[in-house]
Amino acid sequence: MTVSLPPQSEQHTPSLQPTGWLRYFSFSVDHKVIGLQYLVCGFLFYLIGGALAGAIRTELASPMSDFMPRDVYNQVLTLHGTVMIFLWIVPVVNGAFGNYLIPFYVGARDMAYPRLNAVAFWLIPPAGLLLISSYFITGAAQSGWTAYPPLSITTPASGQMIWILSVLLLGGSSIFGGINFIATVLKLRRPGLKLMQLPMYCWAMLGTSILVVLSTPVLAGTLILLSFDIVAHTGFFNPGLGGNVVVYQHLFWFYSHPAVYIMVLPAFGLVSEILPVHCRKPLFGYATMVYSIMAIVVLGLVVWAHHMFTSGTPPWMRLFFTIATAFIAVPTGIKFFNWLATLWGGRISLNSAVLFSCGFIVNFVLGGITGVALAQVPFDVHVHDTYFVVAHFHYIVYGGTVFVIFASIYHWYPKVTGRMLNEPIGRLHFLLTFIGFNLCFAPQHWLGLNGMPRRVAEYDPQFAFINQISSVGALLMAISTLPFLWNVVASAFNGEIAGDNPWKALTPEWLTSSPPPVENWVGEAPLVEEPYGYGVPIDQIDLKATSGRDLWSSGK
Amino acid sequence: MILVLGGLWIGQNINLLPVDASANAPVYDELFRVLFSIGTILFVGIVGLVVFSLVRFRRKPDQLGDGLAIEGNLPLEVFWTAVPAIVVLFVGLYSYDIYDRMGGMTPLNHGMDHGGMQHSAADHKAMEGMDESDAMAGRVWGGIGNGSAISTSAENAVAAVPIEVTAMQFAFLFRYPQGDFISGELHVPAGQPVSLRMEAKDVIHAFWVPEFRLKQDVIPGQPTVLNFTPTRPGTYPIVCAELCGPYHGGMRSSVVVEEPETYQAWFNANNKLNVADA
Repeated sequence: MTVSLPPQSEQHTPSLQPTGWLRYFSFSVDHKVIGLQYLVCGFLFYLIGGALAGAIRTELASPMSDFMPRDVYNQVLTLHGTVMIFLWIVPVVNGAFGNYLIPFYVGARDMAYPRLNAVAFWLIPPAGLLLISSYFITGAAQSGWTAYPPLSITTPASGQMIWILSVLLLGGSSIFGGINFIATVLKLRRPGLKLMQLPMYCWAMLGTSILVVLSTPVLAGTLILLSFDIVAHTGFFNPGLGGNVVVYQHLFWFYSHPAVYIMVLPAFGLVSEILPVHCRKPLFGYATMVYSIMAIVVLGLVVWAHHMFTSGTPPWMRLFFTIATAFIAVPTGIKFFNWLATLWGGRISLNSAVLFSCGFIVNFVLGGITGVALAQVPFDVHVHDTYFVVAHFHYIVYGGTVFVIFASIYHWYPKVTGRMLNEPIGRLHFLLTFIGFNLCFAPQHWLGLNGMPRRVAEYDPQFAFINQISSVGALLMAISTLPFLWNVVASAFNGEIAGDNPWKALTPEWLTSSPPPVENWVGEAPLVEEPYGYGVPIDQIDLKATSGRDLWSSGK
Repeated sequence: MILVLGGLWIGQNINLLPVDASANAPVYDELFRVLFSIGTILFVGIVGLVVFSLVRFRRKPDQLGDGLAIEGNLPLEVFWTAVPAIVVLFVGLYSYDIYDRMGGMTPLNHGMDHGGMQHSAADHKAMEGMDESDAMAGRVWGGIGNGSAISTSAENAVAAVPIEVTAMQFAFLFRYPQGDFISGELHVPAGQPVSLRMEAKDVIHAFWVPEFRLKQDVIPGQPTVLNFTPTRPGTYPIVCAELCGPYHGGMRSSVVVEEPETYQAWFNANNKLNVADA
């Protein structure tokens, strides 16, 4: 996608940075270039992670372990989880869209720390290559993306150490990015722009970055202790040496549950940007949206032990984490009802961006409902570590976040390239993805309830048929990537010229040329006090032009 | 209204779970039905609203203007904050009640004392057979169904059958201290409480019987007690649910729930101790 971008308008002024396509491979400090670097790099890793998922579904198409050796299967599932989380979703929803959009939204020319920003990106490709090369050099880690000891201590050490090293690098990248976003949102706002006038994505990124900065160092510390256990034979988590494995789980999930919000909060923010533009309505309930983001941040930090209900946690802890987890549904619910109210009474353009956003709402609601159910200890005791959980979190991270990533690509592609994406191909992409996704993951709920544990290469033959349905869904998802790739590449050369503001949007990134100049705006940055000022006030409706039902729905 | 009734009906008539074969499985299924009803109502309602909005409020070719400038509606927002909060609170308290009935809320130390006393009352051999390291660790971790919930039902019936479970890569071993023999298959008498004392030798495993709706991680360094009462005779799978190495998927066993007489016959056939002793 990078190389296919049209060359920038001629700049004959001498520049210290490479211009043209070369800058996408350079240590550029331009936030737009870095955003695209994140996006394309993340997408390449998504294709690798998707291939790994394909390998998993191929193995599971038959109840026997016949497609690959069992230890390779464990390496594949570990790599799949790690690649998808740390190299695709986190860098793309945070790094890619955050870098591209946040400076526009706050009215700045760049991020607060441009060089730190470039460093944060350039940590990712080497870390990702390190992780993937470990498979070819020594065999990758085999203990799942959670790397629970003692398994992670007893499986081959070299693969596990490379895994730890690359996750530490990626965590570092994430922390650098988080610091940068907090500083940019709080300190680089254009004079006159108040916090409560910011587009919602800024709030989402502020909340996310707080989570990143608070919780990622805990993961880093934990992994360093784990690496000591592996290479220096210390006993932090080794029960044979007096260590405690449950402590690792607490520390790990102290990061890794907030990581879920690090993956979905930016997606919430992006949907809040996309829907109002295409519904031609203000975002419903701006203030409650902001408060619910902050409530999710606070609650998200105190729910981690719901991943450990079967680990011998004390009863009071189970009760506390059940209630805290279930209560996250309240602020999350507020956001969903607000989006529904944003749709209500709008003039909705049914384009690919809206379809993917609505697909996100549907999938995420199902994932949220199973999430509240999983928070209940007695329910979780049965389905913990089963395919029910696999289905649940894929509904959250794929049905939720990845759908939003696609929606965002359809929405901002005209800004980035100056050309429109092909709409019919976009809808085909949505249809294939939505059907494939639900075909793949919905049956897995049943598998989990009926006794199929996760992370197995072989299973009870009675589950074979449902697993084959799931594998067909996975195949459909793989196929759905093809029209998307074709669309993105072909439209970069032959797409319809978009103009500066094809969606007639009000947020600041649209108030400049497409693609934007290096300094974001020629001249002064616009002051956008009402980023969602769409729509006709009720008292100005032309009564002759509206039907009675319109008036009725506006009275809601 | 139709939505609510439909949701309740589906919730009551849904049959997604395997058969129930332990005393707490019907309790669990009750919770499942409630959660499924609430979930169905919410999901169908929200999907219905999305689809309705997309159809009803889609931009028609002749429409050029914007939608309505509704920026918020405080009573509405208070309403949809309060309702989920109440629902969530209700579900939380209800599942707490379910969990209590399943015997999960007993404090750990209490459960340990009680388990110890049960063991001593049942059989002194069992105490001797217990691992010394357990005594040194001084703390037995309770899984679900430990402690008082079982003992109250056990007081007027029979003492729990003690069984020691050892999980290792990649098998479960079941040792019957009352008969001093080891079995690769778990045999338990129907209608009688069973007390599993579980230990892992190498990595974390998990003991899961889907038909019992019970799962407990078996963690090295943390001896764990899991109590349950099987009800329905039959053979059910025991599944390891925690990634434990390459053959994790193959780490399975089965639990045979038998009528007490059949169980006793099986037990006597394997018993290595004096029959009078057991």
